[in-house]
Amino acid sequence: MMHSGGYSVDARIRWPEWLPWIAALAAFFVLPEYLSLGARILIYILFALSLDLILGYAGIITLGHSAFFGLGAYAAGILSAKLGVADPFVQMAAAGAAAGLLGALTGAVILRTRALTLLMLTLAITSIILEIANKATWLTGGADGLSGVVVAPILGAFRFDLFGRTAFLYCLSVLFGGWFLVRRLIYSPFGAMLTGMRENTQRMHAIGAPVYWRLVGVYTLSAVMAGVAGALLTQTNQFVGLNVLGFEPSGELLVMLILGGVGRLYGAFIGPLAYLVAQDLLAKQFPEYWYLGIGLLLVVVVLFARGGILGLIDKLLRSVKKRP
Amino acid sequence: MTVALETRGLCKSFGALTVAQNIDFRLQPGDRHALIGPNGAGKTTFVNMLMGALRPSSGRILLGGDDVTRAPQAQRVKRGLGRTFQINSLFRNLPVLDNVALAVAERRGMAPRMWRAAGSYADIKNECAELLEPLGLASDALIPVIDLPYGKQRLVEIAIALGLRPRVLLLDEPAAGVPSAETERILQLLEKLPAEIAILIIEHDMDLVFRFARRITVLVQGEVLLEGTPQEVARDQRVHDVYLGEQHHG
Repeated sequence: MMHSGGYSVDARIRWPEWLPWIAALAAFFVLPEYLSLGARILIYILFALSLDLILGYAGIITLGHSAFFGLGAYAAGILSAKLGVADPFVQMAAAGAAAGLLGALTGAVILRTRALTLLMLTLAITSIILEIANKATWLTGGADGLSGVVVAPILGAFRFDLFGRTAFLYCLSVLFGGWFLVRRLIYSPFGAMLTGMRENTQRMHAIGAPVYWRLVGVYTLSAVMAGVAGALLTQTNQFVGLNVLGFEPSGELLVMLILGGVGRLYGAFIGPLAYLVAQDLLAKQFPEYWYLGIGLLLVVVVLFARGGILGLIDKLLRSVKKRP
Repeated sequence: MTVALETRGLCKSFGALTVAQNIDFRLQPGDRHALIGPNGAGKTTFVNMLMGALRPSSGRILLGGDDVTRAPQAQRVKRGLGRTFQINSLFRNLPVLDNVALAVAERRGMAPRMWRAAGSYADIKNECAELLEPLGLASDALIPVIDLPYGKQRLVEIAIALGLRPRVLLLDEPAAGVPSAETERILQLLEKLPAEIAILIIEHDMDLVFRFARRITVLVQGEVLLEGTPQEVARDQRVHDVYLGEQHHG
């Protein structure tokens, strides 16, 4: 179940890979009252996929991925609330472009550094963007958030409804597209090369790879994806708040991905699902202490399942297979 | 015939400490040249400057006649400079095939391709198979490097470097850490490397050096003490002094 790509693996889609999509469609029909939570989960899966691409495959550690998510969310929101552009695809494209531009510019500066320095710089960037969003109230609504976001019907036909049906299917379609592209990418020579950079940067230099430019490239791609995820959040909530920026959403995303399993493609699916469902259940039961439950979950994963939930499933499957 | 690799007056100092002093060095196509010297002589510094990992304080480096003194590592590799590492520097969790394929894909300019599955590039995989075969690694292609014995890992080092089809190959202690029984095998494989490649070997195993190299450069305290054939080096009293640990005075 490791999706590492490379030259010695079969890249064909195996049947378990269809399960998430079947489950999502089933949820659409069976759990109609949970569709807004469902859409949120799908958005975070897309966001987590974008993080997995740079963290799990290329080995770039970051606490600032919310910068792109948040910028995408605000770009879509501002385009709609301030400039009156209501077309969802235009909003999404603008969000992706803005986030990608930020990714390329900041990546070009910070990706010459590594490890803790890099971690701190990514955190600094999202903190700066958060502060800008906080201060530029005329544009972003500041601490009150940005309301008045209008999203036109998708393709002129599918209106965003009160029950979140359109939003769910819209997010699911975009996620499907994102998954398809990321999957292609990690199984391609480019994906193999990313794994090489994660495994041994020194050797990548020695075989003539322009490591720095490759890192900037994948960082930009990932930023575009995170920006698109941010736009989806704005479109489904029709509101943008400051909570999309800064340390918290970055850290939360990192926890989700670690929970699911880093560098495994589907860890980005399982993690947000487990995290957000647990959060939803725990917050209902223990409105004051639900973070404790999340904390315990993370402790259990780190202690007993270093590869996340998917790593645990892998281990179980292997031990079952070994038995006669 | 163009000189494959040349340095002119290469110097490197860190503050008051000089680790390379006026090194003039030439490597012709097809050369089998060894660089020896006691610990701290500046051998690694010299290699790092050749590769572009370290910038010389002064002097020039020419690769195939072109000045690459300030060129980044990636460009030197594109111009035919390959190296192996003294301490294995491999993609440890990846199969042997992928270790070599990454280098081959990079050389062919295919590494940035994002659409087709890597496993479907038959030309890359075939070339890897051809590289692994003579090194006796063909049957290990799908095994993660981490699961191979150390001696074989040393061969993967060489396979990766050969995947770049280098015109100049720097072998940094290829037999380091290998049990003496296997050193012989490594030497045999080294002797079978394509004749047109210019090879510079840095090695402590004098037996290997004297059997493999046709010319030897002795480096002491950042300076070239002597360059000559193995016989000339073996006869030189100064070299003996250096290796016996006696202080050498001009």
